[in-house]
Amino acid sequence: MPLLEVENLRTYFHTRGGIIRAVDGVSFSLQEGETVGIVGESGSGKSVTCYSMLGLVPQPPGRIESGTARFDGIDLLHCSGEQLRQIRGKRISMIFQDPMTSLNPYLRVSEQIMEPLLVHEKISHRQALLKAIVALEEVGIQDAARRIQLYPHQFSGGMRQRVMIAMALISRPEILIADEPTTALDVTVQAQILELIRQSQQHLGMAVIFITHDLGVVASFCQSVNVMYAGRIVESAPTEELFAMPLHPYNASLQQSIPALHRKGDPLYTIPGAPPDLSHEIKGCPFIQRCAFAKELCQTSEIDLDEPVPGHTTSCQRVLRGELGDLRLKAQAV
Amino acid sequence: MASATDSPVIVPDEIEFVHGSSLWTDAWHRLRKNKLALFGLGCVLTITFLCLIGPLVTGYTYEQTDLTLKASPPLDKIIKRTETLKNDEKKVTFYSLTNIEDEFVEKPRDERKRIAAGLARGEEYSEGAFVYQSSNQKHLFGTDALGRDLLTRVLVGGRISLSVGFVATLISVAIGVVWGTTAGFAGGVVDNVMMRIVDVLYALPFTVIVILLMVFCGRNFILLFVAIGAVEWLTMARIVRGQIISLKHQEFVEAAVSLGLSRARIMFRHLIPNVTTVIVIYATLTVPNVMLLEAVLSFLGLGVPPPMSSWGVLISEGASTMETSPWLLWIPAAFFSLTLFSLNFLGDGLSDACNPKSAKD
Repeated sequence: MPLLEVENLRTYFHTRGGIIRAVDGVSFSLQEGETVGIVGESGSGKSVTCYSMLGLVPQPPGRIESGTARFDGIDLLHCSGEQLRQIRGKRISMIFQDPMTSLNPYLRVSEQIMEPLLVHEKISHRQALLKAIVALEEVGIQDAARRIQLYPHQFSGGMRQRVMIAMALISRPEILIADEPTTALDVTVQAQILELIRQSQQHLGMAVIFITHDLGVVASFCQSVNVMYAGRIVESAPTEELFAMPLHPYNASLQQSIPALHRKGDPLYTIPGAPPDLSHEIKGCPFIQRCAFAKELCQTSEIDLDEPVPGHTTSCQRVLRGELGDLRLKAQAV
Repeated sequence: MASATDSPVIVPDEIEFVHGSSLWTDAWHRLRKNKLALFGLGCVLTITFLCLIGPLVTGYTYEQTDLTLKASPPLDKIIKRTETLKNDEKKVTFYSLTNIEDEFVEKPRDERKRIAAGLARGEEYSEGAFVYQSSNQKHLFGTDALGRDLLTRVLVGGRISLSVGFVATLISVAIGVVWGTTAGFAGGVVDNVMMRIVDVLYALPFTVIVILLMVFCGRNFILLFVAIGAVEWLTMARIVRGQIISLKHQEFVEAAVSLGLSRARIMFRHLIPNVTTVIVIYATLTVPNVMLLEAVLSFLGLGVPPPMSSWGVLISEGASTMETSPWLLWIPAAFFSLTLFSLNFLGDGLSDACNPKSAKD
């Protein structure tokens, strides 16, 4: 049985400009100790998917229209606020994108790291402080015992992200949701933080949901990947297969646009157009306007995920009908 | 990487923490460079200290009247008149040198002047059963129309004015912060209802309400606190609500939610500390406002009941005798203005110190 199973999650935002379908029928599952990537461009609904599970979507304007997220027999989307609060920060933790703004500027680092312990466990202040020092040491901050009484503004960006990780891991969660944890950091620090998350994962045996728009990170980090586009999952597969045999034109074009894969001097490949406006209901395939393989049937047929290869699902109807072979070569010809 | 289970990190029993400098420490360092704000802080502290200690050492009480010694100007020489009664008892009365001539109205003008000049030089003068001599009694700020020591009254009045200022501000901060934070954090319908209540209260004519309160409940000292505090919290609630709304969408609040903290904990530990600078700045500027309000009420005759004094009461009394004894107006007015200026300087300084980016220079 998977540790976490999300089914048919729909999160809409009811705004003045209409209903924004930020997440529209997302299903995926997470095994114990597994690392699952969620990839997609900005606004594809990656973050909202995870925020929905933890009840972090502001309501209103947000609303979870349907779906279940089963975690250890509890439906996260329908349990009481108190029940969810007991899980947040204790059994499921989250790391945010920007460490510069994710720490409270007025509280000492020690107080912030201790907070999940003090809230979720019966523990004395002194013990919590000792645990916090250990946690800070674990995330690779040297001289943690001395530095723990500093304020966030006295830490660098990379150190702050380490503090965030220490906060998220201190109560030994079963699932860690990392929402673009390296986006705001420079490249060398990125690598260190990724390595830190990987090591903590092995050490604690937790499962990780890794949200990113960086395919390179996914390739090195995740066991399986869900590719999101316009609020839905368009392809999901074990990482190796996703790269070796893309089964959705969107995934294929994403890989085409990785600069490192181009010969020097060649023009960079970009996907033409822009993602669809989520405030209008999308009929057919959401990628149709930007897809080099679009046919009329993409507009008219029901778009359902299916599994042409075991463990590898796609929503591309043409692929499912066997009309398209290797997407990669054809994309290059365009 | 070190791990908790297989190679525990050794934590010494006594840790020498490097204590970080909080944003407050930084603000204090900036405030210390602001001369005007420091001057303000010094003045406020000095005046508060004087008001607390002063009345104990002046040797007079605020209510002790001496009708023969009425309206003596500041630092005037006090003349002691000793009258020997028939049974050889002595009766002592005091007069101020300025008013001593009134004692000898029946004498010609020149004679009066001569006697007064002699007394001023410290000479004794006796006439019948009366002996006049200078005494070492002193009234630093003179006395009022009832012969009460003005210094004592100013200091006691300062106690009232300052405590009205600070207590009413505290009340308004307490209500305003809780109200504003709740409204801002809850949002939606709750926010709407709470802020509409504030709007309604804003629209009520405050002076009329206070007059009504005073009429119905009598002139009560506590009521003054309540009345002023009940009005001043409205602005505080609005300011705090605005700040909380802009804060609650910050990532660290989301992070706090994701750590499973309760709403109350997020409100009191994460949101309110982040608005304290605004609260402190606004509170410092509210104190003079409240004191001014108290003065206005006193001026209208709605302040503390006599014989109690407050700066407002003293100024009001002084204004009525402005032509004959101007010191009764100027001295309390000077104390009052100095305090108000100081508090405003301090408030501005704090605001610059807490928001260095918005400082003028």
